[in-house]
Amino acid sequence: MKLFLKFDFNTVSKKVLESKFNELNLEYKILGFGEVELLKKIEPEEYLALNESLNDYGIEIVESQKGILVQKIKDAIINMVFNEDTDLKVKSSVYLSEKLGHSYGYLSNLFSEITYSSIENFIIIQKIEYSKQLLLNTELNLTEIAFKLNYSSVAHLSTQFKNTTGITPSAFQRIIFKRREIAQKKPN
Amino acid sequence: MHTDYIHIILADDDEDDILFFTDAFDELKINTRVNTFNDGEELMNYLNDDESLMPDVLFLDLNMPKKTGIECLREIKTSDKMSGIAIAIYSTSASEEDIEKTFVLGANIYIKKPNDFKKLKKVLSEVVSINWQYHTNALNKDNFLLRL
Repeated sequence: MKLFLKFDFNTVSKKVLESKFNELNLEYKILGFGEVELLKKIEPEEYLALNESLNDYGIEIVESQKGILVQKIKDAIINMVFNEDTDLKVKSSVYLSEKLGHSYGYLSNLFSEITYSSIENFIIIQKIEYSKQLLLNTELNLTEIAFKLNYSSVAHLSTQFKNTTGITPSAFQRIIFKRREIAQKKPN
Repeated sequence: MHTDYIHIILADDDEDDILFFTDAFDELKINTRVNTFNDGEELMNYLNDDESLMPDVLFLDLNMPKKTGIECLREIKTSDKMSGIAIAIYSTSASEEDIEKTFVLGANIYIKKPNDFKKLKKVLSEVVSINWQYHTNALNKDNFLLRL
């Protein structure tokens, strides 16, 4: 016997999505064809599981191209700041546009649109993060850190640190060391 | 990708301040979801409930009835479940001693309550956007200190 079937693709895909999202206990709302809103935050592991389970049905989560490029910009900046070998004397705008093959103006506008922050600001945050790490985990003093991160002077780093965090490098160091002291005293 | 908004909790016994804060959040570019509590006990009941969604940032008023901000801070920082929440203390006091004490206890942000709406909005937008950076870039939260 042969059966002839007629499909309603909208209903089929809706049912598949419902069963997959329910299986993973995600709260969601189907907004329309090919669009679902997650009502609660999703952990990275859950995201991977969801992606995999949808792939079984040939469904793919489309990530935005812009989001991918922004991530590349961030990776390049982190690499630039944290990697000892990169030459910090090269202007960051030149470095980024050469590395990513887009004009700096384009990258800069895109970055601000997606992250609500600017590339310049992101670089400063990363440099201050790096100096925090060096302050806490190495014997380097602030002058040496300023030199390592290519600041023109220790005062420049100190000011930027204070402007970014609201506290001075030495107060920062004091607070974190006190926290560590307390944590060590606790019998955990 | 998996985070398109910041979940914020606000604990303050002053209704006007709460209104002030929630209005300011509404005007920010970054998407926020805000829950509010009127005292420290109410807040801790929520946080201790297994069903509750943990916030990304908690704004704590230091002077609250039933349980003070400091007491809440101590409890939060000793709990495994809650220790990842970024804590923003806000207070009318700006004594260096208070500030350093709360930082040492594990607060991430210290805000001196601004007295006009414009300044408050600016301060909150700074907090939310820097927290957004920590949030989306997996920066080390243990080293996150900010004073405004």
